[in-house]
This record gives sequence, C-alpha cells and structure tokens, in this order.
Amino acid sequence: MTQTNDYDDIPGTYVYDAERGRLGYALNMFCMSLNKVENRKAFKDDEAAYLDRFKLSPEQRRTVLERDWLGMLRVGGNIYYTIKVAFCDGLTFQDVAGMMSGVPKETYAKMMLAGGRSVEGNRYKDAAQPTVENSVPTEEQK
Amino acid sequence: MTAHIVAGIACSHVPAIGVAMDRGQTGTTYWEPLFKGYQPAREWLAKLAPDVAIVVYNDHANAFSLEIIPTFLIGVAEQFPIADEGFGPRPVPAVQGHSRLAWHLAQSLILDEFDMTIANEMPVDHGLTVPLSVTCGQPSAWPFKVVPLCVNVVQYPPPTGARCYKLGQAIRRAVEKFPEDLRVVIYGTGGMSHQLQGERAGLINRKFDTDFLDNLTKDPVALTKLSHTEYMREAGSEGVEMVMWHVMRGALDDDVAEVYRHYHVPASNTAVALMILENRSAS
Repeated sequence: MTQTNDYDDIPGTYVYDAERGRLGYALNMFCMSLNKVENRKAFKDDEAAYLDRFKLSPEQRRTVLERDWLGMLRVGGNIYYTIKVAFCDGLTFQDVAGMMSGVPKETYAKMMLAGGRSVEGNRYKDAAQPTVENSVPTEEQK
Repeated sequence: MTAHIVAGIACSHVPAIGVAMDRGQTGTTYWEPLFKGYQPAREWLAKLAPDVAIVVYNDHANAFSLEIIPTFLIGVAEQFPIADEGFGPRPVPAVQGHSRLAWHLAQSLILDEFDMTIANEMPVDHGLTVPLSVTCGQPSAWPFKVVPLCVNVVQYPPPTGARCYKLGQAIRRAVEKFPEDLRVVIYGTGGMSHQLQGERAGLINRKFDTDFLDNLTKDPVALTKLSHTEYMREAGSEGVEMVMWHVMRGALDDDVAEVYRHYHVPASNTAVALMILENRSAS
C-alpha cells in the first residue's frame, strides 16, 4: 500500500519525503562525496569505476551517467545533492532548472527575468502542466 | 546587565548572490538592481554595530549529509570554517563563534524543552555566509561574532512554522538570561518563493511573498499556521524554508517596526528579500 500525501497533486514537484529518503540514500551519499576535491577528480577520471563505490540501483546509476536530472529525482535524488553532480560539470542551478523544465537555457533565463514561472495554472496536477507559455505572470499577479 | 535582542533581519541566501560578490559581478546589469537595494541595510547594520548575530539558516548537504539529520542544531565552536560545497570554499573570512553564549543557549533551550543538537565542529555554507555578505559586504573579518542555528529543511518534513516561532521565543528568553551586556541581532534566512527542482522549477509568487512580508510584522502568529503543503504549492517546493523566518520573528517583540524592505526577482531561480525589523522597545 502506498501512502498518499496532500502534496502529491502539486505538479512537476518531487518532495524529498520519507519514501524518497528511503530510496535515495545511496544515490545522495554518492553526490555528497563530491564535496571533496579528490573525489570530484576521481569521479571525472572514471565515472563508472567511481560509482562502483556506492550501492546504486542500475536505474540510479544510469540517471547519473546520462545526467538525467529529472530521472535522478524520480529514483530518490534530492536536488541539494544531485546539484553537486552538475557543479562537477561546471553547470549552475539555473542551467539544471532549465533542463528539468524542458526548455532551452535562454528561454528559462528569460522566464526568470520576466518574473518567474507563474503559480497560476501550476498549483494542481489536474490543471495544465507547467509550461513557459502559461507562466508569464499577469499584471495582477505582479 | 544581560544580553538582549535588538533587531531581526530576514534575508534570502541564494548561493548565486555570493558567487556574484566573490567574482566582482555586482555592478552588472543583471545584479546591480539587487545589490543597490542592499546598501541601506549595510549602512543600518554598520551603525547598529551588534556584538553577536544568531543566524538561523539551513545547511545544504555540506556540514551534514543524510547520515544524520538534526532538526534544530546550534553551533558552539569558537570558529567555523567555510564549507567546500562542490566547487571550492567561498573566499570569505572564517566565522567567529560566541562559544559561551552558544553553550548558554543550548543549555537554556534544552531545559526549556527544545531538544537541540549541539555541534562542536562544523563548516558553514552559503546559507550562513551569503546573508553575512549581503549585510556586511566584503570585510577582511566579519564585524561581529556569530551563533549558527541550523534548521533542517532538506529532508521533508521541516519543523512547522509554529514550532519555529516558539523556538524563537525560547531563544529570546535564553538570551535575556545571559549575564553580559551584549547587543544581539537575529537573522532568519532563506526564501522567498522559489523552486529549484522538477518540471515546475522557476516558480515565483510575488503576491504570496508580499503578503508574507506584510504579515511578518502585522500578524506573525497567523502566518505560523501556514502548512508545509501551502508553502510548497504557493511558494515553490524550496519556498518552505521560509519557516526559518518564524524563528527570527518569535525572538522579537510582538510589536515591531519594519525599518527596511527590499524585494527583487530574480536572483538565479529565486525571489529575494531583505527586511529589517526593530523591536519598538529597543528604539
């Protein structure tokens, strides 16, 4: 039986709760190891061999090797941890946020400069899925 | 004489703000409007010249991993080094603690039924250093001692807003029992609306943020009743870190004066605020 939560109907959001905490521990602890400069180097030198040090599931391993940022969240990744893989690649939080929302970097940056993704239409899963198009805030919201 | 809290500072702690300062980019078209709004607060704080700052913030997988997750933690060291967050430590001064005050707070809070974790050693990350940079600029040493107080907001659930507010009240009681004439400011950091993850990344809710800022002065107790799901739905999944502002607010008088407010969108993925609240009893 899967427990339901009152935040499950927020679209495009992966709350790092008990269930994800249980699934994602090894994946996130791999990410944590990248806080050490020598580990960052070892990972970049041979990613597959470095990942052998951690007990990741095959799917977790795939998401890391393919830099599937959304996939990492689905298999228990926590954004504050998975971002450390991105830092290793020289990416920023905004780069990864753009990739997760499925739009080009420039489009995402423009959305942020225009006031960010609007909450209107983005509160519930049964409304339209988050898009840049439905995300330009109206004058009233500003 | 005892120590007393003279003011509260609410301050977002976006890492990119620290990076912009560290790389000398604060005058660019992108950053200039944000940093311009910080200047009056820096002048106010330099004039206030507090002895100690209690900084309520969250660690972001730097001092602590998922191995052990303290809900409330207080740092009691004499000094806190700057964390390597995955791209080298920020080039800012190490943070000097106030060990005696911190130990006093730890003991008082625990006996007041707040079960604090105590850290004798820990590095501090952007959650603490960015608010110092925002409000102090780039000095060769920070102008006051710091008591770091960490709140878990990384592993769901964070403590509730109401619990955070009560912790603030207990911090105030503890500070006022410390037998030394210290002028203390308290920072509540994080926020405002932002979402860093998932397809909904980039969410900003200016209306929510404005109401939150207004009510922090006018009706803080009502504000503590917001549920985590309301924060996440309305202010983005990472917007829930605004619970930390309630610790700051709880440590102030019921009646406070808002003396400064600056709000700006965006810094990277985030809506940024800096607000100063003064106890009316202190003025």
